[in-house]
Amino acid sequence: MKLLNYTSAYFAVILLIIITIWAGIFYYAMLDEIYDSIDDGLDNQKGLVIQKATTDTTVLNKNNFEESDYAIREITAADALNFQDTYIDTMMYMQNEKSDEPVRLLKTVFLQNGRYYRLQVATSMVEEDDLIKQLFYSILWLYIGLVVSIILFNNFLLKKIWYPFYQLLKELKKFRLDKPEPISPVKTGVDEFRLLNETVQKLLKRNIDAYTSQKDFIENASHELQTPLAISINKLEALAENNQLPESQLELLAAAMDNLERLTRLNKSLLLLSKIENKQFAEETPVSINQLAQKIVADFSDQTIFSSLRVDIMEKNSCIQNMNADVASILITNLIKNAIVHNKPGGYINVIIDKSSLVVENSGAGKPLDEEKIFNRFHSGGPSQASTGLGLAIVKAITHLYHFRTSYHFDQKHIITIHF
Amino acid sequence: MRDNMVQSLQQEKYVVETAIDFYTAQEKLDVYEYDCILLDIGLPGGSGLALLEELKMQNKTEGVIIVSARDSLDDKVKGLNLGADDYLAKPFHLAELHARVKSVLRRKKLDGHNYIICNNLKIDAEQRMIWVNEKEVWRNRKEFVVLLYLVTNKNRLVNKSALAEHVWGDYIDEANSFDFIYSQIKNLRKKLKDHEAELEIQAIYGVGYKLVYG
Repeated sequence: MKLLNYTSAYFAVILLIIITIWAGIFYYAMLDEIYDSIDDGLDNQKGLVIQKATTDTTVLNKNNFEESDYAIREITAADALNFQDTYIDTMMYMQNEKSDEPVRLLKTVFLQNGRYYRLQVATSMVEEDDLIKQLFYSILWLYIGLVVSIILFNNFLLKKIWYPFYQLLKELKKFRLDKPEPISPVKTGVDEFRLLNETVQKLLKRNIDAYTSQKDFIENASHELQTPLAISINKLEALAENNQLPESQLELLAAAMDNLERLTRLNKSLLLLSKIENKQFAEETPVSINQLAQKIVADFSDQTIFSSLRVDIMEKNSCIQNMNADVASILITNLIKNAIVHNKPGGYINVIIDKSSLVVENSGAGKPLDEEKIFNRFHSGGPSQASTGLGLAIVKAITHLYHFRTSYHFDQKHIITIHF
Repeated sequence: MRDNMVQSLQQEKYVVETAIDFYTAQEKLDVYEYDCILLDIGLPGGSGLALLEELKMQNKTEGVIIVSARDSLDDKVKGLNLGADDYLAKPFHLAELHARVKSVLRRKKLDGHNYIICNNLKIDAEQRMIWVNEKEVWRNRKEFVVLLYLVTNKNRLVNKSALAEHVWGDYIDEANSFDFIYSQIKNLRKKLKDHEAELEIQAIYGVGYKLVYG
């Protein structure tokens, strides 16, 4: 859920509660005020009737309400002395509504010419159910109005306020450690955002520094290892050459040399990886994947014949990609090599080329590999001790560099696909 | 590294001189003529490429093999554009160095046909042809390259991975390269025997091969 909607939802719930409570209080307060006002009106009318009675005694004989809103009846002095003014809610037949309607009735007594009279003054009352209904709708509209304006408010104003935050988020989404471009956060007056910007900048800088120094370390270490490795191998070669060693010692020498060779290959692969990651292969030309695959498969033919592997190239379409020719060659070489290494004698390799994909299938150990891990450095899935474990890592680095996608799945055979 | 190279080249009866830094190299290049120059790009005191430019001005670039610790495409392109003959990235096998040096010398010294003779075997490196007793024999590109490499390093132990790297480059799976090369050499031996070539490829246990004759 988005931050904006999140606050809107909270506001909606809180407003619902507040407005409900407020509506209850408002209703009773208003009702109280209405009674107060009606009672004042009745009081005033009482005064007017009594005043009229002093001049026009016929009024005193008006025992029923009929067309007017008052009635007068003579009562005994004893009753009158015990009488207190009362306001009551009662029902009275209304001609226009043709039903009993609520009225407010004031009962009082007055003294004229030594006789006591009881006066009833009535006035039409509000209908409470109507009032509640009316109030409910008003409140509902108010509520809807408020929620809508809060949503609009959020969308316009909050969006504006949170702009630096969303901008930072956008920049961070684009950020990639392997190609660090400095992020440029929006200048803001809000302390928290400024702090956030600064912290993020610092954090990123530390990350970039760590990443770069790690990368440099691998690169430098591989570099520095090259010469001593070469010298060691050369010295051992010289030792093996002088022809005086018995076979048992040559065997030891050979094992040492094999391992040094392996280290050299590992080193070269690591250097190659750094170079790819550092984008040291700049020049791009249109490369025909079809032709390249044909050539590389042909170059591997000695090897595939030796391992009695059948290699088929299926060209569904021609595939031309804009990339560095050497890198393209490294990519396909590593894929084919991987398919050869992790194969079984008498197995097969299929290379399928489509307009924007390259699939390399190979028979091999009959169980699926972990897709997450096979492209990692030094992930060794097979028994092949002498492989560097960097072949597919190089493939991944290349596809990453050119924004291609790799996928692996298993269907009685290992299938690696490059989506260009 | 330099001592290794010098020793190995001297075994081939070359006269070898060395320069330990940029200025020594500059001086020697001014004074003497060389058949082949192994030029390290990362010289103390200056870039080997600068020396190459000077050589180019004097029209003396033929016979230059650039040796670089940085296996960088840029350097390679730059070097070759400046007229260098070849580019060798460190680390390399001494056998590879010999092959490159011989190839440079071959190209430089002789025009036209240029045969390498080993007893009754004759090789034309440019035309990629082999004769035994003046009779042209098989033409398999890879086997030719293997044989030429072994002949170039005759009587020397050739490391099997040096051979693999030279002939198949990247197109070999290192995991079973030993068996693979063994089978390739076996085929070659058989063919040599069939054609009665008077040379022998010895296997040095686990390490590599050595071509011996006469």
